[in-house]
Amino acid sequence: MNLETIIKKIGDYQGSKLKIMEVCGTHTVTIFKNGIRSFLPSTIELISGPGCPVCVTPPSYIDKAIEWSLKPNCILLTFGDMMKVPGIQKSLSEAKAEGARVEIMYSPQEVLKKARQNPGITYIIASVGFETTIPIYSLLLEQLLENNISNVKFLTALRRIIPALDYICATESEIVAFLAPGHASTILGSNAYQELAAKYHKPFAVAGFEAEHILIAIYDLLRQIETGKYEVHNLYPSVVQPEGNIAALKIINKYFIPDSANWRGIGDIPESGFYLRDEYLKYDAGSRELPAEDKQLNSKCRCGEVIIGKINPEQCPMFGKICTPIKPKGPCMVSTEGTCGIWYRFSQREKK
Amino acid sequence: MKIVMAHGSGGNATRELIRNLFQKYLSNAYLDKMEDSASLPKSEFSLALTTDTFVVTPLEFPGGDIGKLAVCGTVNDLWMVGAEPQYLTAGFILEEGLDLELLERIVKSLSLAAQEAGIYIVAGDTKVVQGNGGMYINTTGLGFKKFQQLTDGQTVQKNDAIIVSGNLGDHHACIMSQRMEIKNSIQSDCANLGPAVRALLEQGIRVRIMRDITRGGLGTVLNEIAEAKQVTMEIEEESIPVHSEVQSFCDILGLDPLYMANEGKFMCIVAKEDEEKALEILKNTKLGANARIIGHIIDTGRYLVTLKTRLGGRRIIDVLYSEGLPRIC
Repeated sequence: MNLETIIKKIGDYQGSKLKIMEVCGTHTVTIFKNGIRSFLPSTIELISGPGCPVCVTPPSYIDKAIEWSLKPNCILLTFGDMMKVPGIQKSLSEAKAEGARVEIMYSPQEVLKKARQNPGITYIIASVGFETTIPIYSLLLEQLLENNISNVKFLTALRRIIPALDYICATESEIVAFLAPGHASTILGSNAYQELAAKYHKPFAVAGFEAEHILIAIYDLLRQIETGKYEVHNLYPSVVQPEGNIAALKIINKYFIPDSANWRGIGDIPESGFYLRDEYLKYDAGSRELPAEDKQLNSKCRCGEVIIGKINPEQCPMFGKICTPIKPKGPCMVSTEGTCGIWYRFSQREKK
Repeated sequence: MKIVMAHGSGGNATRELIRNLFQKYLSNAYLDKMEDSASLPKSEFSLALTTDTFVVTPLEFPGGDIGKLAVCGTVNDLWMVGAEPQYLTAGFILEEGLDLELLERIVKSLSLAAQEAGIYIVAGDTKVVQGNGGMYINTTGLGFKKFQQLTDGQTVQKNDAIIVSGNLGDHHACIMSQRMEIKNSIQSDCANLGPAVRALLEQGIRVRIMRDITRGGLGTVLNEIAEAKQVTMEIEEESIPVHSEVQSFCDILGLDPLYMANEGKFMCIVAKEDEEKALEILKNTKLGANARIIGHIIDTGRYLVTLKTRLGGRRIIDVLYSEGLPRIC
């Protein structure tokens, strides 16, 4: 079957209303950039999941990062898209304007050279990410240990995708099927979703990052729904193995241990975070001391319900008022391609 | 040799810096008078005036440097309103510790760019501040609106064509590569747009509007025009010219060439009947080999910019909400 046929078949879907979640932030970008939504009938809605690590990083974490960046002889290293994520008071970008020492990194490995050259400076790595990125931090820690470099610390907000999906499925979620993440699945393996699929009777399709991959995965999910199946289909077999990347999983477990974690706008999800093991705590920058919940934000923010497809963004009291793309609060607005970000731009447009 | 605070004192060191470096490269009849202000002859044309300040790091990069940029940026702004550049002023803010040889290369490059653009540098200033060896340049440009009868009174109409003069994102990708120490062969597109604009105007193309595609990228420029003129634009993803190396760089870092800065590209909206001729003219200029018609004005009275994707999907092109940063996800 060629792509045109697939696009046509998706467009011709006549069944009941469906909400499908694309879990991964990069899938959200692909869907957005390629106008995938314009191929879907009004009955099929794509909901952006919690798989953008930057977006789900809680405000208290940003505040802690800012605190480090203001300490004498400390420099915070971060991925670029963390810069605009709001803390309780301000973002890293605003803190930098006020004199905080924040540098954008391309790869965490850059710190090896810096730390050697400037032994008097402590480098704090803003370590966010899912299973995809955690092996990189693990490898870096291994290199730090091997080379006896002690002026580097990790401020972690590392997240596990399976417990998050379990949380979404366990709530009164309207999501009927999942577009499983491509990158995280390269580490976890497609088998990682088997248990969820069986437990909640929801189909999964692991997809790559081209528009074609996404369309084929949507078609696969529709077929599964129509035929009453709830299987895990690996549609990215060139990269994703059923059992995942065993070496990467091994090194993650060597240095990190799962525990509960705070997700922006959602709150505490059991077993959904990774933290440095006790024997490596001298490399930790206080990640375990962060609060389990950001009460101030969580009491008003309804991203948790937007993410599970229970409400649309306009039903959130903060939407478009105190939560906008310029001053985002919740994860769905922090990402410009998040459900609230897209919704905001479309609704503004209609008003004009 | 480095710049020290004494170079900005107004005393002997300042005089020597001006004589040995700035005068050496920036000599002309206006500047050589060394008066407090330049006295310029009366003009038969209306005037266009613009100013811009250049703060790029690194100061030198593949395809250009801050000196060339400071001339091209201002000259291009003049051309965008159909004005032929005539006079330029240049203010230099030098940080303590700036390497004198580097400064000399930059001033030389600025002088060459001014000659090529046919503009006289008629006034200048130098200040020294504390810092780490950086420098900043402000330039103000004055142009004669020789093409006024062509550019004034044009209105954007339904079916008008949207043309870009070449590949998008080169400058942005080049500067980011330099800052991130990523090795590749991407060059800045820093250039004077004069010859291309002149060719279009002299050959009578009905140019409704022109804009150089600098900060914010094409996406932002299109939105600004669409909002100001209340028109609906549709552009086609497949027609947007991007060099393959820049596209790969963007894919890896999660950047979008539609929102990346250029320093030698412009977009113009031309009458539908003139679109093929305009494209041919641009393609025959040095900088226009990759020029493309990327879309059309499909409606008036409503502000919207949409993109038809490679697979036939549609999405709205919005303004850039914040700085384009490399992303983790």
